[in-house]
Amino acid sequence: MVGVVIVSHSEKVAEGARELALQMAGQVPVAAAGGLPDGGIGTDFQRILEAVESVSSPDGVVILFDVGSALMTAEMVVEAVDGVKVRLADGPVVEGAIVAAVSASIGMDLEGILAAVRQVAEGHKL
Amino acid sequence: MANTADVISLLEEMNVIIQENKDYLTQLDMPIGDSDHGINLARGFQAVSEKLPGLAEKDVGTVLKTVGMTLVSTVGGASGPLYGTAFMKAAVAVNGKQEVGLDDFLAMLSAAVAGVKLRGKSTTGEQTMLDAMVPALEAMEEAKGAPTGAVLAAGLAAAQAGVERTKDMVATKGRASYLGERSLGHQDPGATSFTLLLSVIAKHWA
Repeated sequence: MVGVVIVSHSEKVAEGARELALQMAGQVPVAAAGGLPDGGIGTDFQRILEAVESVSSPDGVVILFDVGSALMTAEMVVEAVDGVKVRLADGPVVEGAIVAAVSASIGMDLEGILAAVRQVAEGHKL
Repeated sequence: MANTADVISLLEEMNVIIQENKDYLTQLDMPIGDSDHGINLARGFQAVSEKLPGLAEKDVGTVLKTVGMTLVSTVGGASGPLYGTAFMKAAVAVNGKQEVGLDDFLAMLSAAVAGVKLRGKSTTGEQTMLDAMVPALEAMEEAKGAPTGAVLAAGLAAAQAGVERTKDMVATKGRASYLGERSLGHQDPGATSFTLLLSVIAKHWA
């Protein structure tokens, strides 16, 4: 099953998005990588790397990320990981995490999940 | 020429100037960013400084690679991946060298600029560190042939002018991009911190 990692500048946002995703798809490996180790706001390379490793499987890992440097830090993690398919998902963190987890729970592959998250980004709420 | 010991001493001076300017850099980041540039860089360079004593026997490339990886792991904000990438790309340009000269330094800076552009998907005119890095590189390329001190001075002057020009720019990258026109009139913190680092090289390496 594809694993899901949620990267946010805020530990609470990442944990909260994980909570919502797990409510919809409890059996999916979802890891939160939010904030800095000292509790501050930011994105932490090591924390994201460990989150990816904690949910990785041969099916791969999808990363949702929020503002600014989250993308750059997540990209560096993708470059640093060996042997696991890790991809960045282009969509909103909260809705994207839910869609990614639900899609993973029904056995969708990495490409399918990326497309599903992108669809969330392209849609409108109103 | 600068050997590993000289490079380590430059990096120590870089830590000093970043710690001295921690509050200043954070103040610059307040109106347009997330008020953490000085704090983040100070944390990163402090961690670098703690790694330096263990690198005395290494080549310059390994020293710079370690600096880059340390910054990525400790900075937290956008400057982590950006400065981290800059130092790691610079490291590749002098891989295995025990000693570097001005030509090596220009190759390092050129690789760093390319790395930052790619990592940040950015270019000049977007109120970023590139607005100091690119003019500095261009000025030094142009001054090549003059004594090292004069070349570095030309680079520093161009970087300082670049920092001034960021006040007339509207940010389209990073957190400041959410502010649109509100970023106008503000000096970019990343361009400023790069210029501080370059000032260390210009002052101590000649």
